[in-house]
Amino acid sequence: METLIGLLVAAPLLGAAVLLCGGRRLDRTGHWIGTVLAAASFVLAAVLFADMLGRQGDERALHQHVFSWIPVGGFQADVAFRLDQLSMTFVLLITGVGTLIHVYSIGYMEHDERRRRFFGYLNLFLAAMLLLVLADNYLLLYAGWEGVGLASYLLIGFWQHKPSAATAAKKAFIVNRVGDIGLSIAIMIMFATFGTFAFGPVLESVGETGEGTATAIGLMLLLAACGKSAQVPLQSWLGDAMEGPTPVSALIHAATMVTAGVYLIVRSGAVFEAAPAAQTTVTVVGAVTLLFGAIVGCAKDDIKKALAGSTMSQIGYMVLAAGLGPVGYAFAIMHLVTHGFFKAGLFLGAGSVMHGMNDEVDMRRYGGLRKYMPVTFATFGLGYLAIIGFPGLSGFFSKDKIIEAAFAKGGTEGWILGGAALLGAAVTAFYMTRVMLMTFFGEERWRNAPAPSPEQPDVEPAARGEYSVPHPHESPKSMTIPMIVLAFGSVFAGFLFSWGDAFVHWLEPVTGFEHGHPPVSALTVTAATVVALVLGAGLAWAQYGRKPVPAVAPRGSLLTRAARRDLLQDDFNHVVLVKPGEYLTRGLVYLDHKVVDGAVNGTAAAVGGLSGRTRRLQNGYARSYAVSMFGGAAILVAATLLMRAV
Amino acid sequence: MNPVNYLFLAALLFTIGASGVLLRRNAIVVFMSVELMLNAANLALVTFSRMHGNLDGQIIAFFTMVVAAAEVVVGLAIIVTIFRSRHSASVDDASLMKL
Repeated sequence: METLIGLLVAAPLLGAAVLLCGGRRLDRTGHWIGTVLAAASFVLAAVLFADMLGRQGDERALHQHVFSWIPVGGFQADVAFRLDQLSMTFVLLITGVGTLIHVYSIGYMEHDERRRRFFGYLNLFLAAMLLLVLADNYLLLYAGWEGVGLASYLLIGFWQHKPSAATAAKKAFIVNRVGDIGLSIAIMIMFATFGTFAFGPVLESVGETGEGTATAIGLMLLLAACGKSAQVPLQSWLGDAMEGPTPVSALIHAATMVTAGVYLIVRSGAVFEAAPAAQTTVTVVGAVTLLFGAIVGCAKDDIKKALAGSTMSQIGYMVLAAGLGPVGYAFAIMHLVTHGFFKAGLFLGAGSVMHGMNDEVDMRRYGGLRKYMPVTFATFGLGYLAIIGFPGLSGFFSKDKIIEAAFAKGGTEGWILGGAALLGAAVTAFYMTRVMLMTFFGEERWRNAPAPSPEQPDVEPAARGEYSVPHPHESPKSMTIPMIVLAFGSVFAGFLFSWGDAFVHWLEPVTGFEHGHPPVSALTVTAATVVALVLGAGLAWAQYGRKPVPAVAPRGSLLTRAARRDLLQDDFNHVVLVKPGEYLTRGLVYLDHKVVDGAVNGTAAAVGGLSGRTRRLQNGYARSYAVSMFGGAAILVAATLLMRAV
Repeated sequence: MNPVNYLFLAALLFTIGASGVLLRRNAIVVFMSVELMLNAANLALVTFSRMHGNLDGQIIAFFTMVVAAAEVVVGLAIIVTIFRSRHSASVDDASLMKL
């Protein structure tokens, strides 16, 4: 069985190699090759899962040592895989959602002449992501970490002929790089302290190294997680990443890659348990981000950017839970999986709407679409109910548990974190209801589309050239079937996971588990969550359901305008990082021109001038040469006589 | 007669020769001035030979005459060639040895 683990990674990697090297002759069959290999990986994962279920508790983990990667003296880097319950969960999510999105992309990218390349990149992403979650040491994890960053860059910038897409890809890559530095420093500290970076030895001995080292490693890992998972302060790239094709947003920027940070924190749980300061920082980052993303999500008119804000916010929940320690790990992963289902479903729904609306993304030019796209409406609606935590759907079970765990942190901290999570739940209900109402209900604003509003030049009409009234229609089967499957997941996953605490027991051997004890009863927390959700949804209905939605965005309050600009995140980065950077480079260029070049040029000028003067002596007049000869001889004689006399 | 007077004469001749080399432009005159300086040196050598009572100075004077004769041959040849090509014997006109 162990030998199959490597094949999980190998299948999509083979697909990427074949598709990217195969050239144009694969244009007709490329998407099938990619999809079949992704599905093969999923089948393998299912076989391994069945096998794992056949064993008990601690014996479930499998290890595979493939080869020694870099054996140099004390530096032993292996390509080794570990398939335990945590990795298994991720592998099933990645290959499952990945396969569905491959199927969806067949329809979505049908008219794109570079479809083969798109599938090659998708397969590359799957391979890197599987490497990330299957690695048995931090160095191999780092390789996967960089691999998904590369795939993300390639896919965000897939439509590179659009300058906005090319810029967004670069932005994502650079911001991710800041986080990657954190991961590489963490690995270096690990190697310096423990002499190894394999999960087993590092996580076993991190408790004995002292809090300082553990805190340093923990904070660096958190920085890495912030970059990859778009958490404050490295969240600015996720909104722009929506420039990529919608299946990419669903797979990479909602369901899988952006959750890698949560995986890293949960996997390194022992590090954070040894460093309470780092752990508290994780919860703070999570709480801040979940509110930040939710507020941004409320103001965006671009449907994908609203969903991106939501993704940020939901990952904030996961990070918050992961920062709570063994009380929260299982719920972080559970929310991650349910989020993978409903957010991927929501994104695919958004893609389906755009597909039927001439690639229009501005929700103010949607409206009343439910009768034109019944399947999309139903699946999107189920995803919507799941994300806001409607009782009985999957988001309810996972989010409610996280809010409970946050309250169970105890003391003032518990109240603050729990309150933030509860407030986040209300805001989530608000913005998702807003998306829902603006897209599928109300009047059909797309019939007489106005000119783009000057307030938001970033919301470009994707309809090339002049405006044409779109003809909304349901998407083909290849797109609706994945949406239906994901909708099933959104509805039932939470219930299945919570049945007898199945998910918690499943993860317990890897992550450990403690029961949290909230200061108020669990039932009260649940009731409060439901009240928050009703309040949020009601407020959204009052604003967007009862009154007609203006087709041009109103000016809005100060907060709305700030939120439309991602709460001034880019302006902040511009002022704090970009401007000083520019000044620094300008200063360095000035220094280079004036000091370094000045010294070199000055020396040259001095030597040149001196030679010019010296050259005058060589004037070609024999008589002046004779004068110097006589002069020299006279000086010699005078000197000789003088020496004699003395 | 006091031999020192010959030394004064030699110094006078040398000075005249040196002035001629430095001040005259005509190559022939410069050349003759050079000869004058050589012969002033010869005179000084012979005088010192006489004063010190050995023959070393006279021998060197003979060497100088031989070298001067050879130099005249080469030098005059050069001057004649320059005159033929440039129609001038001025040393300032032949100022080609410069950058």
